Amino acid sequence: MVRKPTIDFSRNETLVAIVVVLFVAMTAIVDHNFLSLPTLFDLLRGAIVMGIFAIGVLLVLISGGIDVSFTAIAAFAMYSTTSLLVHFKLDIPWPFVFLLSVAIGAGLGLLNALFIAGFRLPTLIVTLGTLSIIRGFLLTFIGSQLISNLPANLRVFSRLFMIRGTTADGSFYSLPWAFAALVIVVAVTWFLLYRTMLGRMIFALGGSLESARRIGINVQATQVFVYAFVGGISGLAGIIHAAMARVANPFDIVGLELSVIAAVVLGGARLSGGYGTITGALLGVALITLINNSLILLGIPSTWQMVVIGMLILLGTGIPAYQTKRAARRAG
Amino acid sequence: MQTPTEARQTSSDNSVLLRLLRADNSRLAVITIVIFVIMTLLSPERFLSAGNLSSMAFQFPEFAILSLAMMLVMLTGGIDLSVVGTANLSAIIAALLLAALAGTDATGGFAIAAILLAIIVAIMVGLSAGLLNGVAIGAFGLPPILATLGTGLVFTGLGVALTGGSAVIGFPDDFAALGNSAIFGLPVPLLIFALLAVAMTFMLDRTKYGLRVQLFGTNPLAARFAGINDLALTIRTYVISGGLASVAGLVIMSRANSAKADYGSSYLLLSILICVLGGINPYGGFGRVSGLVLAVLSLQFLSSGLNMLQVSNFATELIWGALLLLVMTTNGLRLRRKGRGSASTS
Repeated sequence: MVRKPTIDFSRNETLVAIVVVLFVAMTAIVDHNFLSLPTLFDLLRGAIVMGIFAIGVLLVLISGGIDVSFTAIAAFAMYSTTSLLVHFKLDIPWPFVFLLSVAIGAGLGLLNALFIAGFRLPTLIVTLGTLSIIRGFLLTFIGSQLISNLPANLRVFSRLFMIRGTTADGSFYSLPWAFAALVIVVAVTWFLLYRTMLGRMIFALGGSLESARRIGINVQATQVFVYAFVGGISGLAGIIHAAMARVANPFDIVGLELSVIAAVVLGGARLSGGYGTITGALLGVALITLINNSLILLGIPSTWQMVVIGMLILLGTGIPAYQTKRAARRAG
Repeated sequence: MQTPTEARQTSSDNSVLLRLLRADNSRLAVITIVIFVIMTLLSPERFLSAGNLSSMAFQFPEFAILSLAMMLVMLTGGIDLSVVGTANLSAIIAALLLAALAGTDATGGFAIAAILLAIIVAIMVGLSAGLLNGVAIGAFGLPPILATLGTGLVFTGLGVALTGGSAVIGFPDDFAALGNSAIFGLPVPLLIFALLAVAMTFMLDRTKYGLRVQLFGTNPLAARFAGINDLALTIRTYVISGGLASVAGLVIMSRANSAKADYGSSYLLLSILICVLGGINPYGGFGRVSGLVLAVLSLQFLSSGLNMLQVSNFATELIWGALLLLVMTTNGLRLRRKGRGSASTS
């Protein structure tokens, strides 16, 4: 494919990038303190967990599926990991805590894979079912109480900062090391999607399941990988959420699923599968985070926040959809 | 529709029981009865008590009506994530109107007139919300899941903005009758649901529109080549769905005697679950109201029964999910035996 040097305005990524820039510009005009390091780091910190989720959702969408259970997986992995550590007073370093949570997440992802690849059921229905099962199991059998005294090693992690300092006018800013997790997830997923055979298989699956099968791709094995990988990523996002919030709340996270999917689709990933970019997904997350944090600065009351996000989803997906429809009609 | 003929072809050598099990929704009917019997055996004097039966009959109609709204769009291969937002927005606007026109003290003819006006306004709001969905999906080509996700946020957001996030209260006493009274021992919400379910069955089985919905859901391209106006069909479907959602909103409002933007937030996934459990194909084309009714009843028996056994709500959620996967797995195995093509729609 030849890359066009001009900006392609029909791409969602371009549209979202333009909206992000406009939004930042407008907020900066209204509030002069907006363009500053503390704001930037606040926004970055706010986007870590949603960004990690978005990468997982992107992978599932590219493979032609949809996953609504990832928030339940994250909450389950996060809460069961912390309660294991607290209950048995395990004193293991934080990298192993993270590994445990990732492993629990991947295990739950395999549960999705069992029904999707094993019984070949539609992905939306399976993940809807596992969402109820995982959440119900967590709250019934593992616990529904807040754990506020996190293991000491997790607290150590939450105090690790990549960058910290004070601006000239004395306001404090910092970026936790948790941000590196997002960077690593992005890098690994990028390598996986664009530099490995497995990545090509995932794209092929989303393009056409039947064609993928006929050219000899092991569809089941690829699906098992996708759902286990996404489960693992969700486990990571969950434990990072707990570490940053400094509390493990089993009721947290669940409920985010539709906004994460919306962010990824705003960034151009197709629900029909086979297409999506990491840049787009991250831009979508940037836009949603930006709106969540700065509508008030623009003088829009917080009660109108949901309306604005809803309109943005309608416009952001409506304009490209309408262009595609018109192009299809012109083509005959 | 397709299963009975197939059952006739393949099961000539099978017993009557097996043949029954292959008929439409029969597996779900058996599951529903089994749940009912188990719950009755586990706590006979309480589960079968008049109090419990009537409380169940008051509880399920609101989400059953929402499921009807979800079912219709699913038959066209779409989905409506805005049903709860539509229901709440309709209820909030009706509530604001009702509270402003006639307070709690209003009685007699004036109160009735105000209530009727509020009901009409609520349904108009629901129909307009559906129109917006239909236009976004049919005319602008947005995928249904995104269009209704966006409009759902807008509707809920408008509800929050109109009320500041708090509940609207202060209606005439007569309004509570809609959700809380009974005629000849039958709860009014149940009667409303029964009426709508019968109307929906008639519409799907006996009208041109119903046939077109199923054709379009089975194969949109073939339907277009068969001369079906897909834009008009899509708009009409979402408008009806919005209207149904607003009726559910009114029932919830009457039962709670208030309207709030976050009422019934768990009903969205529940209504999808009910439709899928009831055998409605989420990719469109196939599904029956009788399946939906069975799914609603089985979930209500489960949750009331478990509630009596002091099982937590969270465990009920777990069991609902497990039931969904169980039914889908057994259906899927049957589908897979018929051929690989039909099962690989994911």
